[in-house]
Amino acid sequence: MRFSEIKTHLSKFRVGIAGAGGLGSNCAVALARSGVGTLVISDFDIVEEPNLNRQYYFTDQVGLMKTDALRDNIARINPDVHVIIHQKRLEKENITEIFKGCDVIVEAFDRSDMKEMLIETVQLKMPCTPVIVGSGMAGWGKTGDINCRKIDETLYVCGDETSEASENLPPMAPRVGVVANMQANLVLEILMNIK
Amino acid sequence: MIDDSLTMKILLNDREEEFGKDSISVNEMLIIKKFSFKMRIIKINGSLISKEKYDSTIIHDGDDVQMLYLMSGG
Repeated sequence: MRFSEIKTHLSKFRVGIAGAGGLGSNCAVALARSGVGTLVISDFDIVEEPNLNRQYYFTDQVGLMKTDALRDNIARINPDVHVIIHQKRLEKENITEIFKGCDVIVEAFDRSDMKEMLIETVQLKMPCTPVIVGSGMAGWGKTGDINCRKIDETLYVCGDETSEASENLPPMAPRVGVVANMQANLVLEILMNIK
Repeated sequence: MIDDSLTMKILLNDREEEFGKDSISVNEMLIIKKFSFKMRIIKINGSLISKEKYDSTIIHDGDDVQMLYLMSGG
């Protein structure tokens, strides 16, 4: 299949991205380059200097809302992508409304309690929508420990499922980027299998 | 003769596990297996079990249990 045909196919779909940090910003950029039609991106944070060690932002974007900065960056890469942003904290009560109509949802939070809340909510309230989770990617090296695991048709996890972020094991660009791109790659796999 | 009525086999993350009872709650399984990490997702036969149902949800012989740990970082 030629890339033009792949892009035409992918342009029909809508992907939700929960969080615009290290996972979300890098995953969104990979999906935008691939030609996914609509990205629904939710985040309530601003870009801060320490984010630049792994997140897809630039020094002159420090202080901007991540959702605004990411929308601008995506427009510079692929202006054909329709980006819908939600500047709010995702909660049990608003997740189904924000991600309504999404074909796949990417879990791209930093905090584990937020990851748990999002997965539980989507699995219980949107049981047909696949969720792609990122879990375990702090530190450096050990690329071979990072995997994709299909739990069932609606739940996938990318990461090493062990490396938790801490002061002495910070999340850094290479491993976070590997996982973000694995999540994007799984999104493509799922969407390309939809006729 | 071995009485196997008081044991059960389940699949836990695709691996066979045996327990010396014919059914256990999700919480009992977590204690027996010493799964202490707090942030997780558990699915039994494809259905998500929310945290508040860990005591009332019973795992039976033949069940397919999937557990996913959620690590901070992203």
